[in-house]
Amino acid sequence: MTTHTTTRAQTPTHHTLSYDDVTRTIARTLGSPGRGYYVLLACAVTMLGIGVICLLYLFRYGLGLAGYSMPTYWAVYITCFVFWVGIAHSGTLISAILFLFRSGWRTAVYRVAEIMTVFAVMTAGLFPLIHIGRQWFFYWLVPYPNERGLWPNFKSPLVWDEFAIGTYFTVSTCFLIMGLIPDIAAIRDVATGWRKKLYTLTALGWRGTNEQWRHYRPAYLYLAALATPLVLSVHSVVSWDFAMSQVPAWHETLFAPYFVAGAIYSGCAMVITLLIPLRAFFQLEELVTLHHFENLAKLILLTGMIVCYAYVTEYFFAWYGGPTPEREAFWYRAFGRFWWAGWTMNVCNAFLPWLLWSKRIRTNLVALFVISIFVNLGMWMERFVIIAVHLAGEPFESYVRAGYNATWADWGIMLGSFGWFFMWFLLFVKNFPAVSVAEVKEELPPPEHAGRHR
Amino acid sequence: MKLESPFAQRPTPGVLAVFGELGATVDAIAALKRSGHQGFTVYSPLARHELEEALAQPVSPVRAYTLIGGIAGCSIGAWITLYMSYDWPIQVGGKPIGSIPPYVVIMFEMTVLFGALTTLLGVIFNTIMAARQRGTIAYDPRFTNDKFGIFVPAEHTDAGPVEKLLKGCGAEEVRRG
Repeated sequence: MTTHTTTRAQTPTHHTLSYDDVTRTIARTLGSPGRGYYVLLACAVTMLGIGVICLLYLFRYGLGLAGYSMPTYWAVYITCFVFWVGIAHSGTLISAILFLFRSGWRTAVYRVAEIMTVFAVMTAGLFPLIHIGRQWFFYWLVPYPNERGLWPNFKSPLVWDEFAIGTYFTVSTCFLIMGLIPDIAAIRDVATGWRKKLYTLTALGWRGTNEQWRHYRPAYLYLAALATPLVLSVHSVVSWDFAMSQVPAWHETLFAPYFVAGAIYSGCAMVITLLIPLRAFFQLEELVTLHHFENLAKLILLTGMIVCYAYVTEYFFAWYGGPTPEREAFWYRAFGRFWWAGWTMNVCNAFLPWLLWSKRIRTNLVALFVISIFVNLGMWMERFVIIAVHLAGEPFESYVRAGYNATWADWGIMLGSFGWFFMWFLLFVKNFPAVSVAEVKEELPPPEHAGRHR
Repeated sequence: MKLESPFAQRPTPGVLAVFGELGATVDAIAALKRSGHQGFTVYSPLARHELEEALAQPVSPVRAYTLIGGIAGCSIGAWITLYMSYDWPIQVGGKPIGSIPPYVVIMFEMTVLFGALTTLLGVIFNTIMAARQRGTIAYDPRFTNDKFGIFVPAEHTDAGPVEKLLKGCGAEEVRRG
């Protein structure tokens, strides 16, 4: 892992590379990745195994194992659901929103972010299914009438959420596939053996003809334009799962922008967590430079400031304008039984990003890696605080301070979700181009003889 | 290679030129247009605006797919929410049976979902149709890596002048395909 700081003049791009270098460098990531990769993969599969065992116990003995107790019936599983949906968001931000803004630097990192998005939504989608109790009736979520002819309640944010997550998964998968097609074709043309057959099949006959680009270019733009409002809507809808209810500390109009900023904050941190080892394993230093990490860090800084502002606003309004239950809920968050969770969230999300004002820290990979881990911890804790802690601390209920303790089944399944996510991610980046071949070339000067520049 | 052309057709006779430079490719496109050639194919490893400008192709019809898909999605979103509400009217939270504001969320999600899926269908459909119209033309694997290419359909008797034209514009390699 490289840890050095450089000046702006040295960092920004990879102009010395040729088109051929780009193809070769990215094709190399599909070769032998070294022992570190397999160690990580083995860890991920082990974590998944632990999760599956816990899940089987949960199927057998029911949600009693999950540590739910009145009034805390939403806890670690819903926390994980919101966490993973949040992780997904920065992928679409980098791939779609920055595409619309014509940010050149996105080309080297957007594929990793998109892969992360698809697998994070896939992971998130499992949690409502685990949480519903009778998991084998998961198909009741599909909007069809029950045996008495009653349809789902479309005024419920839970039904909106189902549509939002379903749409998000489908559209982000389409977007990923769309971006992959020219790159798979590029890899197909340098591959041999069974890989050549795989990529020939998955490139869908792409040859880069003018007729193909003519339809591809606008289609990519329209997908980006559709994905942009979608990414902002999805986490807003997730936040309304809470904000539409009457629980103190949930019933806030601030929730939608607060959740969206938090989602992008945690997602960018996860991109850094994933990119730093990936770059080292696959020797992508020439393509993914410090400039890219610095820009990601700036995104974390921006969204971190918004999150910090939201936290201050929440406390301020609880004190200034809120009714007594609201005030007591925020007192409970800071000084109640779960004070450690509340302060972990404050420190990691509201104080830690201030470090990124320093350019030295933004360009130091070790520092960024450590910060990104803490940001993820903080964001997981934020959702835990909002969901489980505020339910446990509902101050106006007669069974006030009923308490809640997460159990081994909660932690095991959460660990399993990380294993599940990392397993798919690692398998994907090993078998499909983890950096866009065609789009990185767009950032390079086109091949010309000296003196022939047009 | 068999997998690559599921709609296999007989090979189209013509001339395939390989270019190492973008500028030379653009010159060749202009020269071909000047000499009245139509229906030639340009290969490129990446999308470049210089090529798009030189080719000056009509706007892709994919945008119509996106628009129609979006409108259809929005309508379906409105229809399922309102129809399902009135099919079994039940009061929820003192709201009207068919309450539009909460249904906007579903309508929006369906707009995006259908818009994205029809866009994808539009690309697939249009590129397959284009491939069928053009038949099977010569290709070089370097076209997805670092070379640009132009394929000009031409019978053997007409290929000579085309080869000369392409070479004159700076093609690195010209061959009959």
